[in-house]
Amino acid sequence: MTEPRAALNLIGKPFRRVDGRAKVTGQTRFADDLTFPRMCFMRLHRSTVPHARIVEIHLEKAEKMPGVLGFLTGEDLPVSFGILPMSRDEHGLAVGKVRYVGDPVVAVAALTEEQAEAAARAVEIEYEPLATISSVEEALANPEPRIHEHGSGGNLHRKKSMIFGDLEQGFEEADVIFEDTLFYGGNTHLAMEQHASVAVPEDDERVTLYSSTQIPHYVHRALARVLELPASRVRVVACPNGGGFGGKSDIMNHEIVTAKMALVLGRPVKISLTREEVFYCHRGRHPMLMHLRTGFGKDGSLKAQHLKTALDGGAYSSYGVASTLYAGALQTATYELPRYRFDTLRAFTNKPPCGPKRGHGTPQPRFGYEVHLDKAAHALGIDPADLRLRNLAPAGLITANWLQLSSVGLGRCIEAVVEGSGWRRRYGKLPHGRGLGLACGAYICGVGLPLYRGEMPHSGVQLKLDRSGGVAVFCGQAEIGQGSDSVLAAIVAEVLGIELADIRLVVADTDLTPVEFGSYASRVTVMMGNAAYDGAQRARELIATAVAERFEVDSERLVFAESRVFDAEDPEKGLSFAAAVAIAETRFGTLGTTGSYRPPTPPGRFQGSGVGPSPTYSYSAAVIEVEVDPATGLFDVEHVWIAHDIGRCINPALVVGQVEGSVYMGLGEVMMEEQAFRRLPPRLSGALVHKTPSLLEYKSPTFRDVPPVTTYLIEEPDPAGPFGAKEVGQGPLLPIPPAAANAVFDAVGVRVDQVPIHPHMILRALEDKARGKEGRFGPAAFPDVDFPRNLIVPTPAEGGDGTALNDPRSQKQAGRQAAKEKPSAASAPV
Amino acid sequence: MTHAMTTLTLRVNGEDHTVAFPAHHTLLEVLRERCGLTGTKHGCELGECGTCTVLVDGRAVLSCLMLAVETEDRSIETVEGLMDGNRLHPLQAAFADLGAAQCGYCTPGVLMTSKALLEADGDPSEAEIREALSGNLCRCTGYHKIVQAVLWAAARLRGEDSAPSAEVFYGSPPPGQEASSSSSSEAHDDD
Ligand code: FES
Ligand code: FES
Repeated sequence: MTEPRAALNLIGKPFRRVDGRAKVTGQTRFADDLTFPRMCFMRLHRSTVPHARIVEIHLEKAEKMPGVLGFLTGEDLPVSFGILPMSRDEHGLAVGKVRYVGDPVVAVAALTEEQAEAAARAVEIEYEPLATISSVEEALANPEPRIHEHGSGGNLHRKKSMIFGDLEQGFEEADVIFEDTLFYGGNTHLAMEQHASVAVPEDDERVTLYSSTQIPHYVHRALARVLELPASRVRVVACPNGGGFGGKSDIMNHEIVTAKMALVLGRPVKISLTREEVFYCHRGRHPMLMHLRTGFGKDGSLKAQHLKTALDGGAYSSYGVASTLYAGALQTATYELPRYRFDTLRAFTNKPPCGPKRGHGTPQPRFGYEVHLDKAAHALGIDPADLRLRNLAPAGLITANWLQLSSVGLGRCIEAVVEGSGWRRRYGKLPHGRGLGLACGAYICGVGLPLYRGEMPHSGVQLKLDRSGGVAVFCGQAEIGQGSDSVLAAIVAEVLGIELADIRLVVADTDLTPVEFGSYASRVTVMMGNAAYDGAQRARELIATAVAERFEVDSERLVFAESRVFDAEDPEKGLSFAAAVAIAETRFGTLGTTGSYRPPTPPGRFQGSGVGPSPTYSYSAAVIEVEVDPATGLFDVEHVWIAHDIGRCINPALVVGQVEGSVYMGLGEVMMEEQAFRRLPPRLSGALVHKTPSLLEYKSPTFRDVPPVTTYLIEEPDPAGPFGAKEVGQGPLLPIPPAAANAVFDAVGVRVDQVPIHPHMILRALEDKARGKEGRFGPAAFPDVDFPRNLIVPTPAEGGDGTALNDPRSQKQAGRQAAKEKPSAASAPV
Repeated sequence: MTHAMTTLTLRVNGEDHTVAFPAHHTLLEVLRERCGLTGTKHGCELGECGTCTVLVDGRAVLSCLMLAVETEDRSIETVEGLMDGNRLHPLQAAFADLGAAQCGYCTPGVLMTSKALLEADGDPSEAEIREALSGNLCRCTGYHKIVQAVLWAAARLRGEDSAPSAEVFYGSPPPGQEASSSSSSEAHDDD
């Protein structure tokens, strides 16, 4: 869908974001800014213990508190929910047992927020404590008591192994084999807006939920299910999010409970979470242990890789089934890896559930891979930049694990940061204490399969046009700060040749706007953008047909630009856009068009092939310069050079902003951010608690902590994206943590194989080195786990057809289909 | 649990608001819940994030830590008071044009802190801006665009006709590769 038109009017030039004025004047209405007549307030009583059976809930004291209007407990919401249909293991309020400190148990509504808070505190719960699981290792060692009754047995949520190609052959062809074990710590989104929701009952048995969510469509589906109402009676409006980063891309307990409470009380109900509660909602970065074993030729060529990952999932499934697969799915998108094995597991632990944070499941293995490559480059005596350039995945490649790549701008990204940072003359040559590190990354631009089965569009847009010349665009997408509204408006304005000010947006309202899966997986620009392009193109065709008839010219000759429609060969011959729409309205009646988008069917057809496919992939490369004080281990990032393959910028100013924001968040992760837990001593209940559930204690970078960033945007329009555009919201985070770790090595010659890198780790590694050892700080070993049921998938190069040799399900399907003589179906989502 | 109510007149953005509220309520709560001025946001209500910053007698304060009763007879400024008629304040215009407000949630607090800074020092260095804003957390921008927007607004308030460099809008031209469309900035510089 690359636009052949020579000149673009709007796209590619910086413009003020369409919601910019509202955001700087205080007019933007976030969920907590809404009020309704008779609105009351809700608070949640959350579990104070990490794992226990609920023996009894005592509401007697709370019921007597002033202002109290009503209570809900787990009994009132018996239907479970979950973002992925195969793992609906959450309830609005705990049913039978609690699984982490912060698990909601009782909801209280009262006339004021303070009254609701006081009543929630007066709720008393008798628990029968159960043993707690705090880590993957504990989960493996203690199958009982189980946190959930579902999963891969014991306290394992998921265990999976996939072999792409003849791995033994691959390792045999290798001249050298390297192995590394690394760890990436958990961290959280920390969006500045605390989640809030307001539910308003309407008519009989209808309810509207206004919420700070990235995924109004999925919240809509979950509410209908849990409230046992037809989906047509439930309306979800996503308010502009005060930051998301994935933290509002799951269905949250409080959303479900607020809607239920409003229906019970028959009046609007608001909840606004405290910052502490936001830490309990979490769904953030999984702590991940990784082991890589990779075979290389002497020339640095990749031969085979075996990656093992172990994810600490927290107390619920969330997106876990997908996260578990993302922990390995994109390893093949950057460098051509002919054979690949991926073993992965996710454990349940008694901590807030992990989920998708910027980069969903991929920054951890990317960190592992890029540090591993840096070490290999050293051992092989090859410059780390050259090692990567030699192995670059070519455009259009189908990878060993069956990802269909589109354009690949990674080579140009590497060259830009290498040039910009002076890498060739400075790397390995800076004085002790100074160092440079390089790393890369790739990210999806949307997902190949929906979160639930079906062949319906993933993205939909409607346009309403009339003689005013104004165009109203309806779309279910949620603006979370990334600029979704601006992308939507710009694409429509570009196609129709009108100004942004002539476009009105109605977004993220399940009653008014067509289905859009939401703002996750970096899908907005490509998937919503293509739907917007499609809808606008259809409107353009209607108008062009009517105008061409009137002017008796070929409609192909008409140009839409500068709010006019005119003959390319005789620009005087034309009329204003409003007049052109009037002609079309006369010719066709009331005007409206729709646009939709469904991604191409991915080539992989094995179980698990639903995670990884994307219409295209974005690429990033970064060089980071650090200064390390060998006496204290303190390190500072002095400069970041980052190049991002954006395909084409819709609005370069916003693209630069997304790159800078991603770099910042990546630096936060590698330098300080940590979602840490500890067991209280037995005299204090022995509970497993969050160490730092406050903005003060959870360290994140401030204005004074961010280094200068030089951003290069690599534009190479991609046929899969609208006007050639790709994602930028998440990808640029990926190279940051490994580039920093690699720079620390260049500075002081020691490795910290984990994130975040704390000064004491550098010191320990330096001491280790001084004693003549390896000079490394990091995890010792990957736990000894059996991954028995390997899925074996021949690679494209081996003549595979995208199916597994031994996929029980596809064999079953094949059998069924052979019986029915039907063509084979695509594999299931995730 | 009934609380003693106070009735008080607050002077917010030059307008009097006579409101009744529980005496222990913070300025943040009273602005948002009694005056209907929801432009001021909150990220912690514990004094940790700067999101709730407003000006009291020209000084940037955390409205979640100040009792509303302390503000009687003092002048309170919030984001809603920044515009001049329908015209954006130069800080607002610069933030909007550079994308220094992404989600926009930290923005009201950042704008008010910046306003206090520029009133005290019309020509701050980048380091001084970072210092002044170091109590305001922003999760979206990485802070760069905010610093550039404050520098731009400061220049405009001094009457200088400057605009940020092309890098701010387009990124840097990739070295050794043909430059992308980096004509100079075409962003509008007012509202
Ligand atoms: S809300 Fe006041 S400092 Fe965070
Ligand atoms: S713009 Fe989102 S927190 Fe600052």
